[in-house]
Formats: sequence, structure tokens, C-alpha cells
Amino acid sequence: MVERVGIVAAGQTKYHPDRSDVNEEELAYEAIKQVLEATGLNLSDIDSAVSCSQDFWDGRTISDMNVQHVVGAHLGHEDKVAEDGINAVYLAMGHILSGHHDVVLVVTHMKESQGEKSLIENAAFDPVLMRPLGLDFLAAAALQAKRYMYKYGITAEQCAKVAVKNRSNARNNPFAQEPMDITVEDVLGSKILAYPIRLLDTKPISDGACAVILAREEKAKKLTPKPVWISGASNCYETHYLGDRDLADCDALVKAAKKAYNMAGIKNPLRQMDVAEISGEYSYQELLWMEGLGFCGCGEGGKLLDAGATKMGGKMPVNPSGGMLAGNPNGVGGMTRVAEAVLQLRGEAGDRQVPGARVALAHGVTGICGQHQCVMVLSNK
Amino acid sequence: MGQTYHTSKRPDVNQAEMVGEAVRAALADAQLSIKEIEGVFFSNMETFEGIYLPDHGMAAEVGNFGKPGLKVCTGGTSGGSLVVEGFYMVASGLYDLALVIGFEKQDCGDTTAAITAAATPVWGKGATTGAIGEFAKAALSYMETSGAREEHAAMVRLKADQGACRNPYAHLKLGLKSVDEILKSGYLVWPLRLLDFCPQSCGACALIFASEKRAGKITKKPVWIADVEVVHQEPFRAGTFGDPTGKETYTQHVACERLYKRNGITNPRKDIDMAEIYEPSNWEEMSLYEHFHFCEKNEGWKMIEKGITEIEGEFPVNCSGGVLATNPIGATPVIRVAEAALQIRGDAGEHQVTKDVKTALASALGGPNWTVLTLLKRLL
Repeated sequence: MVERVGIVAAGQTKYHPDRSDVNEEELAYEAIKQVLEATGLNLSDIDSAVSCSQDFWDGRTISDMNVQHVVGAHLGHEDKVAEDGINAVYLAMGHILSGHHDVVLVVTHMKESQGEKSLIENAAFDPVLMRPLGLDFLAAAALQAKRYMYKYGITAEQCAKVAVKNRSNARNNPFAQEPMDITVEDVLGSKILAYPIRLLDTKPISDGACAVILAREEKAKKLTPKPVWISGASNCYETHYLGDRDLADCDALVKAAKKAYNMAGIKNPLRQMDVAEISGEYSYQELLWMEGLGFCGCGEGGKLLDAGATKMGGKMPVNPSGGMLAGNPNGVGGMTRVAEAVLQLRGEAGDRQVPGARVALAHGVTGICGQHQCVMVLSNK
Repeated sequence: MGQTYHTSKRPDVNQAEMVGEAVRAALADAQLSIKEIEGVFFSNMETFEGIYLPDHGMAAEVGNFGKPGLKVCTGGTSGGSLVVEGFYMVASGLYDLALVIGFEKQDCGDTTAAITAAATPVWGKGATTGAIGEFAKAALSYMETSGAREEHAAMVRLKADQGACRNPYAHLKLGLKSVDEILKSGYLVWPLRLLDFCPQSCGACALIFASEKRAGKITKKPVWIADVEVVHQEPFRAGTFGDPTGKETYTQHVACERLYKRNGITNPRKDIDMAEIYEPSNWEEMSLYEHFHFCEKNEGWKMIEKGITEIEGEFPVNCSGGVLATNPIGATPVIRVAEAALQIRGDAGEHQVTKDVKTALASALGGPNWTVLTLLKRLL
């Protein structure tokens, strides 16, 4: 990249199981207000906006109509991405690198509480062949978990440890929905939702919003003394039909990570990066995605966790925020990872701060069994 | 570029197979293999088909499997947003070769029901009637303020139909011979007649965007995206479509004024050679002539009366038959860009305009009257 793109502010709501006290616009504005105040910008200073929401979840065709008032779209530029919000950050990066815009607002919102999760997710499957099977993302994830555990000998205890670590980390995160002091036994004793996935292996239903402002290099330096630079980013689609994939592998994530790392000059992710925020709606996914991200070899995610590398104080703390398991809405979760990475690199992560973090990874996922993966490398130098 | 043929129902293919047809046509046009494509970007209104994350579902058939990409979705303007975002992704240097695909398979769902669900749920839904009601209001308001008559709206359909009959990909090809035939069609919502309005089509359109260094190696006739402009506004204010008060600011005015200024266009009728605009109704086309400053206010109907926007006219508009003939919503603005590019290449066949086209304007319309513009040129 010739020019660098800086993130100059990041804001998020506290994640909550039911925000029926606000509509989507009010929810989004809670996050937007934070980034405007942090930068001293007005909506009229925003050159373009990229929003992210899902019409199915909002129950509203053209769901970005929900946020026009609060993103500066009054006779201005707004476009909407229909994947996880981290992809909206990626697109916004394109806005700036293209030379067409200097300051871009990115926002994502989601109220899972008002949608019927299983029904919406079922609509992502092939209408003729797959929907009648009653599949939703949870049922598909159960298939993936089972295949992953079988192929590589990952144990239910190792998956449960992820849930324990993340909910424990969440106790240091004021935005987290479900900070918890739980044990592996608690996870393994919780209700089975779809074998082998149990209640505490999954994230709760969550409402919330996240916003960031991106700016071209010169402008970023003027807007904040602590800009965070996007040094690499890419995304990638996996193939759709579950039977066409070995669900124990995540080729799309490998490809997305490779591109992002090449851009950022990362050859050894574990050594060159200081902290990672990874989107996992289910506990096994954090282990599997760590393999796709090249933190360890295939099937070694459990070992890396057991060695303590991913806990706070470890070689590569993963999800100091508590991650999605501690409660983020899907569609927002990946962008929350970006916001958390920004806080880490600015040294503003409070009790969940990884000391001296210089390079951070943010990861987002959309769709069935991680069908769409996005990887972003951020740095404060 | 490549597109499918367009029609009301495609029971012979599923969504992915239909999109695959447009993608293969685009790859053949560029003589490229899908392997060379670096990223794939989509536009589609998923509530129209009732398929969630449709871009994921077609990964194998379309070839986005193993590649970067994403889907944008902004209502009728989706395809315009797609062209803009695809353009940015290549202009940014992030991609050298990107495939952008707009699609809609409206036989899968109920578009009007879904459009009705665009209004705010608490107080808006009881007051919306899908697109037809909005454009009937706009038609009435245009009729009242401009002095246009129903005959003028009928002339727009006659022009569109003649274009569609010359365009192998167009959906509605009615073979209309006279204005009288059109004036006999029934009212949907007064003053909007059945033949005043666009159809619901199934179809897809794919474009391949290349960086400057790659474009020259792929084709001898690249068409350049000179500039783009996106202008949104808040949803559903009174007078969003059609303004009897004359006090509304139209996104079309703002968008074209910004675009013209940046590109040194002082007289659009002279500085631009032709346009492919997103006109959901006959009335809207006349209104858009004015909004885009192709003529003075209240004189849009005179342009059609004088034949200025006919294929052999001084300023041809929608020689493809336009949206009035073909409307696969997520693809519709992409088709506007494709058709404008075909005219610049001189490859539009039977619907090639008489004059030489060096510069063309493509527009998109959607949501609560949002506007996306793309300015295309033979030489930058």
C-alpha cells in the first residue's frame, strides 16, 4: 500500500440480551456518538459512510434506511455491506485508498433479540435440498465441531476451556454481556443444544452496535495522537455445501490470512503479533480458526490452548475482551474485534490491556461454519 | 461484461445457475478464466427472494469460492453501490481484476411485499404500497407541475419498447406500434398505467473491472469509469418521490451537480453523448431528464415529444429499453452501466445509437429516492 489508512476512533455499545428500549437507529447512534466525540468530528465532516446490517435480522428491506439519519447520509454517500461488519471496515479502507474519500464512518448494528435466529439462518441454506432438513447455523456448527474433534482428537474439555477463558476475560471488559466465573465442569454440565455443543459453548442472544472512523494517513494524524494503522486485510469465501468441504479445515481463512499477512509483512504470526481478537460463535471455532490463522499447525489448536499461549499473559492472548462467546451479536462481532484491537494498540484497553501491544489481529466470520472469513492486521507504528 | 436474457420466470435454473450464465458471458467477453479473477463482489436484495446470504450459496457455481469478496445491498441502488464499491476496490490498488455481479430472481419471492417491509415498522408499514404507489404519487406530482399529459408518458413506453425489441437481452418486448395502444392499458394506481411501469424480471449482469495496467492487455476497447457519485437521504419524508411543493431537494440534483462540476461538464446535453438511466416508470423518465439537467425544469416531456432522446436523436436515453423493459432489481443499475459501456464500445448491435458515443452517464435509483451515478468514457 502506497498510503496508510488509520483508524482514528472506535466505539461500541454495551452488549445486552434485549435492547427493546431503543430502535436500530438509536442503538447505532450510541456507538457513533462515541467516535464523533472522540475525534471532534461532526457528521458533516464525514466523506462517506459504510454501514453493515442484515435485512433479514432487521426485518426490514433496505435495512440501512434505519441508520441514514445517524451516519451523515443526508445528501451524502452511504453504502451497506451484508456480511459481518469487519468487511465494512475493509470496504471503507478501499474508499480511502481509492483517493475518493478522506474520512469514512463505519457502523454496524444488530438486535438479535427481535429476530428468530434459527428461522433466519435456515434461509441461508439451499431452499430445495437443504432447508427441509431443518438446518440452522447451530446444527451445522455441531456437525463441524464433531468432525473437527474426531479428525484431530480435540476434546470437549479443550473446547470448554475456551469458554471458561473468554468469559473470565470478559470480567475485565465493561462492554461484555456475559462476564462469568465458570469452570470446565460448568460448561460440560450445561445443557446440550446440538451435540456436542452445549449452552456455555455458544454465545448468548445479543444486541449491540459498533462504530469506527477511518482516515487517510495525514488526516488521521491530525484527528488523533494515537492512530491505529490497518497494515493488512483480506477476506475469502469458502464453498457452500457442507458435503463439499472437510469441515475440520478452514481453507478460506488460510487464504484470507495469507493475503492479510503478506500485506502486513507477517511471516510468523505468533511471534510478530501481540494480541488477537478472533470471532467464534462456538467454543471449538476459536481453536479451529487459530489453526487457519497459522498460530499453530492443523489440529494443534487444543495444544496451543493447553500450553497457556492464548490466555492473558500468554505468548498470544486471544480475546482479552471475552470475544463473541461473552456476548456480541453476529454481524457486529467481527467489527467489535477491530474495535477491541484498536483499544489494545492505543493502550486504552483498561484491565484487559495486553502490555505493550504493537501489532494486533482482528478476525470476523459470516455464514455457515465460517463460510466467509475476514482477517485484518493492525499496528500502532 | 455479460448478462443473462431477462424474463419473468426462470424455473429452469436456480439463483446460482442463473448468475453463472452472466458470469460465463462476462468471462467470455474478456477472454479471461475465473482463475484470473481476484475478487468477486455482489449486489442483490435478499428479501426479494427470501434467500439469506445468497452470495455464499452460489460460491461454487459462480466461482467466488476461494476468493475475496462481499455483497452490498441498498435497495434499488444496490447495483449502483456495487459498481461504486467495485470501482473503489480496484482504484485503491487492492485488486487488479474484480468481478462485480448484480442479480435478482424475482420468481422466488414477492418483491412488492418485501418493498412494503422497507418502511419503518412502527408507523410506516400501514402507509406503504410498494413501489407502484410511490411512483404514482411522483407521476401525479409531475403531471400537475410540468403540464405533461398521459400521451407523453405513453411516448416514453413506445421508445422503450422499440429499444427493447432491438435488444436481445431485454425482457418485455411488446412490439407496440402506437401511443393509443399504451393509453388503453389499465391503471395500476392512477395515473400510473400497467404499461407506465417496469416489470419484475429474473436476470443477472456481470462486469469485469481491471486496473489501468491490466485493462489494456485484456481488451482493445476498455471503457473507463471516469467518476462516480452516491447521494442518499433520510427515508420516506413527505414528497420523497414527486414533490408538489417544489421545495424538496432531490438527490438527483445534488449527485449530478457534484459529478458535473468535478468533470468539467457545463452542458450535459453536449458534454455527455447518451444516458442509461434508472426509470421505474414512464413518468419518472421525463422527470429524470429534468433532474439530471438534460433540459430545463418542466420540459422533460418536450424532450420525448421532440424525439430528442430517441435512438437517432440528439441525446439518446435508454436505447436498451431501459428499466421499463427489464428490471432484475439487484442487476438493474449494473445493466445501465453495461449498456452505456456497450454504446461506448460500439458493440450494442441493433440498439447502437446513431451518433458516436464517447461519454455516457449511467444512473441508479432506489430506497427513498437515492441516486448513484457512474460517468463512463472511451478515453480518460
